[in-house]
Amino acid sequence: MQNKTHPLLIAFAVLVFFFLLGPLVIIIGSALSETSYLTFPPQGLTLHWFENIFEISAFRRTMATSFMLAVGGTALSMLIGIPAAYALARYRVEIPRFLGNVYVLPILIPEIVLGFSLMKSLATGLGLPITLSLLVGHALLVLPYCVRVVGASLNNFDFSIEEAAVSLGCTRAKAFFTVVLPNIQAGIIAGFILAFITSLNDVSVSIFLTGPGVSTLPIQLLAHMEQFFDPTIASVSVLLMLVTVAVMAIVERTLGLTFLTK
Amino acid sequence: MTVSLTLDNVSAHYGSTQVLEDLSLHVAEGELISLLGSSGCGKTTTLRLVAGFLQPTAGTIRLGDRDLTRLPAHARNIGLVFQTYALFPHLTVRDNVAFGLKQRGMGRKERDRRADEMIARVGLDALADRHPANLSGGQRQRVALARALVIEPPLLMFDEPLSNLDAKLRVDMRVEIRRLQQANGTTAVYVTHDQEEAFSISDRVAIMNAGRIMQLDTPEVLYSKPANAFVADFVGFENMIPMRVVAEAGDAVRAEMEGGATMDLPRGTFDVPGRDFILAARPEGLLVAPEGSAPGIPAKLGLRTYLGRAYQYQCDTPAGSVMANGPLSAPFDAGAAVTLVPQPDQCCLLPVEA
Repeated sequence: MQNKTHPLLIAFAVLVFFFLLGPLVIIIGSALSETSYLTFPPQGLTLHWFENIFEISAFRRTMATSFMLAVGGTALSMLIGIPAAYALARYRVEIPRFLGNVYVLPILIPEIVLGFSLMKSLATGLGLPITLSLLVGHALLVLPYCVRVVGASLNNFDFSIEEAAVSLGCTRAKAFFTVVLPNIQAGIIAGFILAFITSLNDVSVSIFLTGPGVSTLPIQLLAHMEQFFDPTIASVSVLLMLVTVAVMAIVERTLGLTFLTK
Repeated sequence: MTVSLTLDNVSAHYGSTQVLEDLSLHVAEGELISLLGSSGCGKTTTLRLVAGFLQPTAGTIRLGDRDLTRLPAHARNIGLVFQTYALFPHLTVRDNVAFGLKQRGMGRKERDRRADEMIARVGLDALADRHPANLSGGQRQRVALARALVIEPPLLMFDEPLSNLDAKLRVDMRVEIRRLQQANGTTAVYVTHDQEEAFSISDRVAIMNAGRIMQLDTPEVLYSKPANAFVADFVGFENMIPMRVVAEAGDAVRAEMEGGATMDLPRGTFDVPGRDFILAARPEGLLVAPEGSAPGIPAKLGLRTYLGRAYQYQCDTPAGSVMANGPLSAPFDAGAAVTLVPQPDQCCLLPVEA
């Protein structure tokens, strides 16, 4: 009796899994259906709707934009985030704490507010072209992940290692590239992946910054849904899901998922 | 290449706090000097100034005939050994040791040869291809030592290099450090808070307090003839008895201690530094003898403890409580009235500081 799990607990666990995974199963099912409308369980099996993504030029274009934003925005964010994380860790004593927290603001502020304020400042205020303001907006959106995850690596880094390199003849800059960067590599990769996924799946910020002719995949998905209710929507969702899962799998295989929760 | 290290009137500040005050220090060619003191005394600051990780607010630092004061850290060519070892985690032992040679533009073949040679000298031949994570603390510090030595620096500096090792290993490693330093004839600065460590391997030791050197001398002199009350206390002179000269009678000086008791100190054996002075003594510097058998401090014995080589007594004197040792052959009982006879070679008379 002791080792027997209570039936209610089992039921509870099943419910949790049902509600977590159920919608995903329904989407995957719908994406495979032969019908021209969304239905579950699927009637017949086809990959037609996946092909359809690539046949609709708007999806092709926005997919390219989304990947470009995810890679470019994250890269831009890393260019700011790595030096910021470095300074925050290296000069922990000298730098006031609140300055470190400034970098987390994009997570704390409601995304819709962030999106709106970015539209006001970047697009209408500075009058930046759509693609550029999207790029800057995404870079800001993912900055907290870059600073925090890279920062976690740097907090475990013994800076006397850097001083040892300097004492052996490296300039400060060279020491950063030869001994600091290789030892926070794992943090940079993990931060990059988290940021990439966040950017790729973002709606709230993008919806304010997209404009005529330029959109992202999730936004295009919303637009498509207003006109059509075919399984293409489900297949795009599955595609986004697959990219996320694939990226997570890479992290798991190389670094371990626990790395992200550190 | 052996050179001397000279610090002239160096001061340093953290913000508005002065951490080093007008410090001057000369380390002769091939000499090993320890900077000894408790945390916050300025010893690590001194080392970081010489290494170039901190800038002095005044003064000059010279290595041989090179002025280091404004030279960036990477151009100073000083071998450093850190408390945390500071090995490069992503490099093998061989690449760690060869790192400095690589920075000097040496080809792979030659630097690997020199690195392997140095790794053999610190006894780690079998481990050259391992990464630091797979080494014990002692092995890591040997790698750090090899890494600092292989660039043949004119100056070696150690920042509490043994603090993270266990007691047995500490003794082995400090002997190893001394052996390698002497074999190369490298000038060295060694920072530690461990008195035994400093005294055992140094040519001279600078005892530091509050950003100043209190005394710089050989371990032997520091141990037996501290120059001031701080150093005396630091090296274990537990008893400090304030005294005042009241009369000079021929070949002796009569001194009075608090509470009114007097004692004759023969000239020649005791060198009285002024009218007011402090008699500093370790417990073994005050011999417990039968009352009146020799000039000394009158005392009443308290608790007796057995030390193996002697008995130690807690004694009540007119000047307060002191610790004194008595011979094993003649134990005294608690409550006995005795005289504590200062042993000239184990006591010192210190000036009263202003």
